Amino acid sequence: MSTIQFVLSAIFVVSALVGYKIINRVPSLLHTPLMSGMNAFSGVTILGCLAATAATGVLGEPGVNWIARIFGYIAIILAMLNVVGGFAVTDRMLRMFHSESAAGTETAGTEKTGGQD
Amino acid sequence: MLNSLISIAVMAQSSNVNIIPNMDSSKQIPYLVLAGLLALTVLIGISMMSKVNRAVAGNLLGSVSMALAIGLTLWAFDIFSVVDLWVAMLIGTILGLILSRKVTMLQMPQMVGLLNGFGGGASMIAGALTLINPGGEDPFSLITSGLAIYVGALTLTGSIVAAGKLHQVFTQKPIVLKGHQFWTIATALLGFVSAILFVHPAFQSGAAKIILILVCAVISGAFGVIFSIRVGGADMPITISLLNSFSGVAGGIAGLAISDPLLVAVGGIVGASGLLLTQIMCRAMNRKLTDILLGKTSTPMIKKATKGTAPAVISDPASTATADDAAVEFTDEGAQEAPAALETKEDPHLDWLKEARRVIIVPGYGMALSQAQEQVKQLMLLLESQGAEVDFAIHPVAGRMPGHMNVLLAEVDIPYDKLREMEEINDQFKNADLAIIIGANDVVNPAANTAVGTPIYGMPILSVEDAGHLIIMNFDRQPGYAGVDNPLYDESADKVALLLGDAKASLEEIFARLADR
Repeated sequence: MSTIQFVLSAIFVVSALVGYKIINRVPSLLHTPLMSGMNAFSGVTILGCLAATAATGVLGEPGVNWIARIFGYIAIILAMLNVVGGFAVTDRMLRMFHSESAAGTETAGTEKTGGQD
Repeated sequence: MLNSLISIAVMAQSSNVNIIPNMDSSKQIPYLVLAGLLALTVLIGISMMSKVNRAVAGNLLGSVSMALAIGLTLWAFDIFSVVDLWVAMLIGTILGLILSRKVTMLQMPQMVGLLNGFGGGASMIAGALTLINPGGEDPFSLITSGLAIYVGALTLTGSIVAAGKLHQVFTQKPIVLKGHQFWTIATALLGFVSAILFVHPAFQSGAAKIILILVCAVISGAFGVIFSIRVGGADMPITISLLNSFSGVAGGIAGLAISDPLLVAVGGIVGASGLLLTQIMCRAMNRKLTDILLGKTSTPMIKKATKGTAPAVISDPASTATADDAAVEFTDEGAQEAPAALETKEDPHLDWLKEARRVIIVPGYGMALSQAQEQVKQLMLLLESQGAEVDFAIHPVAGRMPGHMNVLLAEVDIPYDKLREMEEINDQFKNADLAIIIGANDVVNPAANTAVGTPIYGMPILSVEDAGHLIIMNFDRQPGYAGVDNPLYDESADKVALLLGDAKASLEEIFARLADR
């Protein structure tokens, strides 16, 4: 294991600890949106999918590993579904929460979802 | 974390080594710095999600960070103009948007489960491609690629089975195979070993490597299925949290394999959050994580319950036949015809409703199944119009995923300040004139405090018995998922009104009768 790999492993551990601390403060009221938000973040694997798919070869040049590339497309679609679906549905849920003073001024469940990626 | 990223950057500058395969060396330092910044904004976004009024903005910040991370990756790897990657992303985006708009709040657990599975599948493929692609032949990236396949595959299949169970595609009953324990451990170990085998020189070349990838994926996938089919309906919140954690870990390991610090950092955060929620759920359900992982689900626990020597109420032998089916029976609650109309002939509970000044409503999954949220809101408004103070007591495991009940009630526009956590509201029951329990059973069962040896013994419950009067709406008198009789059902009619049947129908009937008066 080279130094860089050691540092990467350290990042993994440190970010897990930091995440654990931050998330411990989230009230159970918001656990479902938190989970679907975290779920969206787990689609960060899209970065790996993009890099790995591109590394199967350069389009238009010989030597493209097409089987691998097609699996890469599937991976990108799945990861993107995870990211976009996760964030959009989290947004939809969070917009339903109203405090007592705000309730009644807006109708529930009909807000537009903010689809972003 | 930022410090470590800077130290990577400094290292890269001084030694000019290639940190990230396939990336132009001049872009590596700016990439690492920007990735560190994005990891920070992701963390800020997540921490904003701890307050309701900032949560929407936090989610937005997270999604913008993710979009920038994708742009950054495309730029850093010089693949910004590769058209087919964009087409694939567009397809995924469109499908994701459609799915997110179609899903109902009741279906949220299976939605999260399914998306989890997709993330795991993507990590699995990313791991496999990293093995196949040229470059990265050092043991560290070989092992981490193998582990990405392992964790990714089990997340994919485990999540699909969990989502299928929640969506009632498969039975919600735990499915136990012959020698289930053996197969669980065998597939878990073999999957792990096959992931490690990628370092072996025999699997460095073409065909052998491809075969090992397939073998590893299939065995790990089988582990996911075997582990997930054994979990019963009510343990699902725990399974979903755990799989959420796995999907983060899978992404993080894939990040280790391709040396991407951003992927590693976010994967670690997600992994930790899933684990934390799993812990919270386990504590609230009085279950051990190892019991669920090794498949000790409700069935053996119910048998234990009938053997118990406790002084308190325990299922009698006659009712254990139905208790074995409890997982299924529980979820079917409210879905069928009501077995009986209102049981009480006289209506003291209508007077309680009229006279109550302080009311606490306890919603359970039975309310969600009969889709009675709108009626529950009407009940709240009715009581408030009479000058009563109304709050909702939410048990941490009410529903099919952590916090599910809050979302269902927020959907019908019940203000979130009325949704109280168990610790916060439990000592207020003694001040309440009336507690209304709608489709909840185990989480209010006082036997949890007294019935030593039963599955729910020691489980924290809502102390509804402290309230002046109780109205209990439940589908039938059967014990809940845990199979322990609820002594509240046998309390005197002076204190407890038991309204059997579909919660929606019971509420409509209350409204009608109150209007007649």
